[in-house]
Amino acid sequence: MKDGEFTSSRGLVSKRTMEIVVAVLFLVVGSIVITDSLRIGAGWRDPEGPEAGYFPFYIGLIMSGASLVTLVQAVLKRPGAGTSFVDAEALKQVLQVLVPAGVFVLLLNFIGIYVSAALYIAGFMAVVGRYAWFRAIPVGVGVAIVLFLMFEVWFLVPLPKGPIEELFGY
Amino acid sequence: MNVAKLRLFRRLTAVAGVAVAAAIATSSAFAAWEPTKQITIVVPAGTGGGADQMARFIQGVVSKHNLADKPIVVINKAGAAGAEGFLDVKSSPGDAHKLIITLSNLFTTPLASGVPFSWRDLTPVAMLALDEFVLWVNAESPYKTAKEYLTAVGNGQPGEFKMGGTGSKQEDQIITVALQKVAGKPFTYVPYKGGGDVAVQLVGNHVHSTVNNPIEAVAHWRAGKLRPLCVFDEQRMPYKDKMTDTMSWNDIPTCKESGVDVSYLMLRGIFMPAGVKQEHVDYYVELFKKVRATPDWKEYMEKGAYNQTFMTGDEYRKWVENAEKLHYELMKEAGFLAKTN
Amino acid sequence: MEEIASLFHGFAVVLEPFNLVLMLIGITLGVLIGVLPGLGGANGVAILLPLTFSMPPTSAIIMLSCIYWGALFGGAITSILFNIPGEPWSVATTFDGHPMAQQGRAGEALTAAFTSSFVGAFIAVVVITFLAPLIAGFALQFGPPEFFAVQFLTFCSFVGMGRGNAFKTIAAMTLGFALACVGLDTVTGQLRMTFGTTELLRGFDFLIAVIGLFGIGEILLSMEEGLSFKGGAAKLNPTVVWQTWKKLPQFWVTSLRSAAIGCWMGITPGGATPASFMSYGIAKRVSRNGDRFGKGEIEGVVAPETAAHAAGTSALLPMITLGIPGSPTAAVLLGGLLIWGLQPGPLLFVEQKDFVWGLIASMYLGNVAGLLIVLTCVPLFAAILRIPFSIIAPVIVVICAVGAYTVHNAAFDIALMLVFGVIGYAFKKLDYPLSPLVLALVLGDMAESAFRQSMLLSGGSLSVFWSNWLVASIMSLGLALLLWPLVSWAKGMLQRTVPAPGTGA
Repeated sequence: MKDGEFTSSRGLVSKRTMEIVVAVLFLVVGSIVITDSLRIGAGWRDPEGPEAGYFPFYIGLIMSGASLVTLVQAVLKRPGAGTSFVDAEALKQVLQVLVPAGVFVLLLNFIGIYVSAALYIAGFMAVVGRYAWFRAIPVGVGVAIVLFLMFEVWFLVPLPKGPIEELFGY
Repeated sequence: MNVAKLRLFRRLTAVAGVAVAAAIATSSAFAAWEPTKQITIVVPAGTGGGADQMARFIQGVVSKHNLADKPIVVINKAGAAGAEGFLDVKSSPGDAHKLIITLSNLFTTPLASGVPFSWRDLTPVAMLALDEFVLWVNAESPYKTAKEYLTAVGNGQPGEFKMGGTGSKQEDQIITVALQKVAGKPFTYVPYKGGGDVAVQLVGNHVHSTVNNPIEAVAHWRAGKLRPLCVFDEQRMPYKDKMTDTMSWNDIPTCKESGVDVSYLMLRGIFMPAGVKQEHVDYYVELFKKVRATPDWKEYMEKGAYNQTFMTGDEYRKWVENAEKLHYELMKEAGFLAKTN
Repeated sequence: MEEIASLFHGFAVVLEPFNLVLMLIGITLGVLIGVLPGLGGANGVAILLPLTFSMPPTSAIIMLSCIYWGALFGGAITSILFNIPGEPWSVATTFDGHPMAQQGRAGEALTAAFTSSFVGAFIAVVVITFLAPLIAGFALQFGPPEFFAVQFLTFCSFVGMGRGNAFKTIAAMTLGFALACVGLDTVTGQLRMTFGTTELLRGFDFLIAVIGLFGIGEILLSMEEGLSFKGGAAKLNPTVVWQTWKKLPQFWVTSLRSAAIGCWMGITPGGATPASFMSYGIAKRVSRNGDRFGKGEIEGVVAPETAAHAAGTSALLPMITLGIPGSPTAAVLLGGLLIWGLQPGPLLFVEQKDFVWGLIASMYLGNVAGLLIVLTCVPLFAAILRIPFSIIAPVIVVICAVGAYTVHNAAFDIALMLVFGVIGYAFKKLDYPLSPLVLALVLGDMAESAFRQSMLLSGGSLSVFWSNWLVASIMSLGLALLLWPLVSWAKGMLQRTVPAPGTGA
């Protein structure tokens, strides 16, 4: 990872590798679909027509077939021919969004969506956007309060809440 | 408002002395539990259906007449024929601010899908009403009575007659199975998503009959497109206002009267999570008594031709217990029970 | 003309000051609801329904239907600006609307979308006003085979037009179908692919997938190119509305065709979402600029928006006359009617004249008012893109999370949305097309149950799809559209193998 800092466009994963990975994942999903459809019955019964697993079974079959072709195409492609799927710099950027978003989604299960949204927005602005904290915090808290008023107070739509909202009697 | 008053009271008592304080203490023993935050009604069905309508109606009536200090919110958890909603309430024991409004899927969904929950995981609060079912045919069809229709079904090929209904292995199909036992030949049961769709399918002659709730089919009946044959209840519906030129709800015979001994009513009831205190249950029983006393509620019941039985406490618990047994037997007989895998 | 007199009576009802105020509140709330993904349409109306109990029914329906118009308008805003469809029927709007925004033409795309919405709705209201009694009965012809045929047609008008790797298209599409199968099977009541987990019981909702694939996926893609939105730096043009209007009349054929598709899909009732996809698919095939669709073609915004709005509006017709909702929102409005003590059905026009004509008049006025409101805000909406990325990106993620949560009130869905975001990002990079996936997800469930209901009715015989003129003509049209690319491809091959003219046998 450290080398990424020197050459900004160095590819981390080749597109070919990713093609293979995704095609294999499709094959896995396809076989899960097929197995489960067989479990619930995938036949065509005479007066009633297709059973619950009939369509999913063939869908799984087609999915696996199509992915197999993609897989073969990707494998046969010469390794050098593939371009890079993502280079180090771009991946860093993407993770800069993805990781905080993941933390946000994890947090909201414990401290509610409003507090975690405030933390997430303020944190993202300050760390990624390099805003001063005295700017980031009001924006984060402001958005959270507006959301709170809109959903909990006006529209009466309950969103996930944590201990802090409970203090206010929600 | 009540809370504010109570607070004022308390402040006064601090000044007033021991005697008054004692008096307040006894009265505050009566001043029962009040909700401290918004009350959630979980609807184990989608937006727009019967249960959803009733929940939102209650929400509207409570806020219109100011029956509760805290607002009511309604959320839909319709996944897997309502299983999602029941599991949600099951997994929040002791939550005194959560209610669930049930339909027959309280019994049918766990039996048919094998999703583990039962009413025993919940605390029964009150039965608000029972929903009627009526056997409908297209007005152009030759059948004037339930007996005539079922005789025709019995004389036809197996599966020749098509019955439209809402959902699979739920109340409509249970009634259908009971009917085909009387007729002696099976129906082809065609499941649709909603009761309104089913009624229109009958008007458009895509199916031969339905067992729609009154409210789902009344518009087409009044427009002369559908004909009610009988109601699946022990007594006739009490509503005597003329719905068409010649008939009121009360004029529809019971199925038993017409020689088809099948009856079925659907629960519209309220439950709470397990582990709540009796005072919580009492609060909601009182609340629903107040809701039932409003003119809006009476009108709503009449429009939907509901059976207005109201039950609470042990009586309600016993009713639910019997209904569960009944559903188990009916569904076992029909082969609708989930295979245990 | 009895209709005209009744309509003017309706206008008189709507123009009462109280009702006018409600109309404006309704539209503003509607736009807000439409902008927030997940909260749109059905949920929004359901949430606000209890508020209307203390109003007279006519005022209540005016307000609620204006929320509905507002939501229809609002759905386009986030689709164009951030590639996040606020409503299912806005998905097709993202195909060309968002590329336009990336090219700095957000204002133009928004104006085109709003104006087309208005045109679609207006045509639909005219149809409702004058043809209601004639076409009301048409929906009765629709049994399961007809519904399947319509879904089949939607599907056929959309597929077979991608140029990418056919196997990847098939894989993406089957993934959509497979996801649509998860949850309870409506026909047998069996659980499919839930593997004993509670979280999978509710299945994969279309909106959650779309918010993730399109919205979050787009943010991840923009991130690769640094902390900015493409098109954000474009100059704000106050006359953009006027300049776009000058361009729009040349698409009148597309508008009319899309409005016709929309009205038909709303009345039958096929729904606004299939209508928008079908209209986009057909416009792409028929248009001279078809090849440029998907790269920021204004016609690609006009077609789905016109159809979606026409369908959304005409969906109210079967609701009023037959009591069948043409859309989820109409289903909630229907519940409202029942609660207010009105029986939808053929008699409503006779017994509740004030109500029905008040509603129809509010469709006219509500749409005009809605158009004015959203058009004045176009520069404002476009300016949102100029907010620095590091502020707007987390806000979008939060709003997406709220949207994903409100669909089923489930926190698990938020995590699911994020996963779909990563899938969307990977698919985009590997050239797996997203639109077949989304189309399969939205149609798969409906099409499968319609097919199996048909099989129950026919006793397992496929001939039911050619059993009457209506279903047969829809099916044949679908097959023709499906085979069209094959025919033109074969033609191309023939021409290549037979280069010299006049040598054919």
